Amino acid sequence: MKKLIWALLLTPMVGLAADEPVNVTAQQFVDLQQGNAVYPGFRRAHAKGICVSGEFRSNGQLSDYSKAPVFQSGATPFTGRLSIAGNNPTAPDLKAPVRSLALSFSISSTEQWRLAMNTPPVMAVADPHTFYQQILAIQAGPAAIKQFFSEHPESKEFLAWAAQYKASGSFASETYNSINAFYLINHNGKRQAVRWAMQPTVTVATTDAQDVDALQNEIANRVVAGNVVFDWVFTLADAADDENNATKAWPDSRQKITAGQIVINNTTAQLEGGCHAINFDPLVLPTGIEATADPILRARSSAYAESYRRRATEQLTGALKEPEND
Amino acid sequence: MTNTERFSLSMRLFHWGMAALVFAMLTAGLLMVASLDGWQLTVLTAHKVFGVIAVLLVSARLINRLRQAIPALPDDLSHWQKMSARVSHWLLYGLLFAMPVSGYLMQYFAARPIDVFGWFRLPAALNVDIYTYALFRELHSVFAIALICLIALHIGAALHHHIIRKDKVLKSML
Repeated sequence: MKKLIWALLLTPMVGLAADEPVNVTAQQFVDLQQGNAVYPGFRRAHAKGICVSGEFRSNGQLSDYSKAPVFQSGATPFTGRLSIAGNNPTAPDLKAPVRSLALSFSISSTEQWRLAMNTPPVMAVADPHTFYQQILAIQAGPAAIKQFFSEHPESKEFLAWAAQYKASGSFASETYNSINAFYLINHNGKRQAVRWAMQPTVTVATTDAQDVDALQNEIANRVVAGNVVFDWVFTLADAADDENNATKAWPDSRQKITAGQIVINNTTAQLEGGCHAINFDPLVLPTGIEATADPILRARSSAYAESYRRRATEQLTGALKEPEND
Repeated sequence: MTNTERFSLSMRLFHWGMAALVFAMLTAGLLMVASLDGWQLTVLTAHKVFGVIAVLLVSARLINRLRQAIPALPDDLSHWQKMSARVSHWLLYGLLFAMPVSGYLMQYFAARPIDVFGWFRLPAALNVDIYTYALFRELHSVFAIALICLIALHIGAALHHHIIRKDKVLKSML
């Protein structure tokens, strides 16, 4: 309650410092993401995707670090979604700069876990208000984005990743990163900051396919032929690492633990599958995992909530229509 | 009605305690849905926990209210004024229940269990029902706006009694 009162008192003071970006609201942020072309009933970001399902096969290696039951050895089923960045649910798969994997573990009536992961391992900026400026610059064109990055040295690691990243020909051959850090809490209450990545177990070369649904068709066919598998690899921070700054990767020398494998054994079109209804808010966490204070992580939850409210209400009022492919 | 001059101590405590709680909850609610800042999670978590407390408090308050006599309204009030006083009071009780219940149900159908101080969690649906979530999400907003309007009317009426009519209605709750 004390924190609450302070938060309320301090709110008007935020953003007064001269070099701080203008504070934006969740509504302004989602307005910017959805742009001028609104697709009623669809996510305002990562609108195009395909539902997947399968199970997490835990090897038990992480159970000393987190008391979350999913990390005991054994299998936990999930509903998930593979998607591409952008506001358009019919956009061409191969044009998107970012690909994503989201998972939902519905463990019990009191334990849920949602994860939303992207191909970049770090963010270009460390807070949501600067992120808003970054999206504005992206929308304004190459000159503006060049200018933006020159004024934001914290984007160095992101730019280095983008320079060497080559999009592959499949959702199955990408690495999906938590980007933000979380705390694992073990049975003794000990807290360990971690990031994680879903690492592919296959390599698929870049494709020059022209099909707008190239990635969705590829993954659907691939899953029919056999399971698609990722290794779930956790990186443990040490005292020198800042768990609240999503622009900085931790050194490669940090301890890594493979907790098991994510096995995808089914795909479904998103409006027919179980993933469309889910808000993959990364702050829906089970016992044994907690949020860090990373400003980007905190902001994701409120922006997702605004996007979810809009599309859910559109769906309730019957505004959702499946758009035709152009 | 009886000749009681003042609301009982328990009723006054419930009234002012819940006034503070409702004010904090409405303020927190309006600010947190707009904010992208780090405190949002802290306030949201507190908002849910205090919603659980609110439903317990308003239940106890209603039982307490039904078991006790309250001061009669001034005799010279017109029929419609007495009616609107009674209707608005029962509407306030209704909304004090509707707010936490709709808040919980929107979380329930979004399959988001509510953590209460890390002691226990309130259950949620296993699978998301996006239609029912949307219904309760919008109802939660509509109820909040109705509650704000009704509280404004309630405060206006109390001041009207005290300043213009100069009767004992406001004093009976002090």
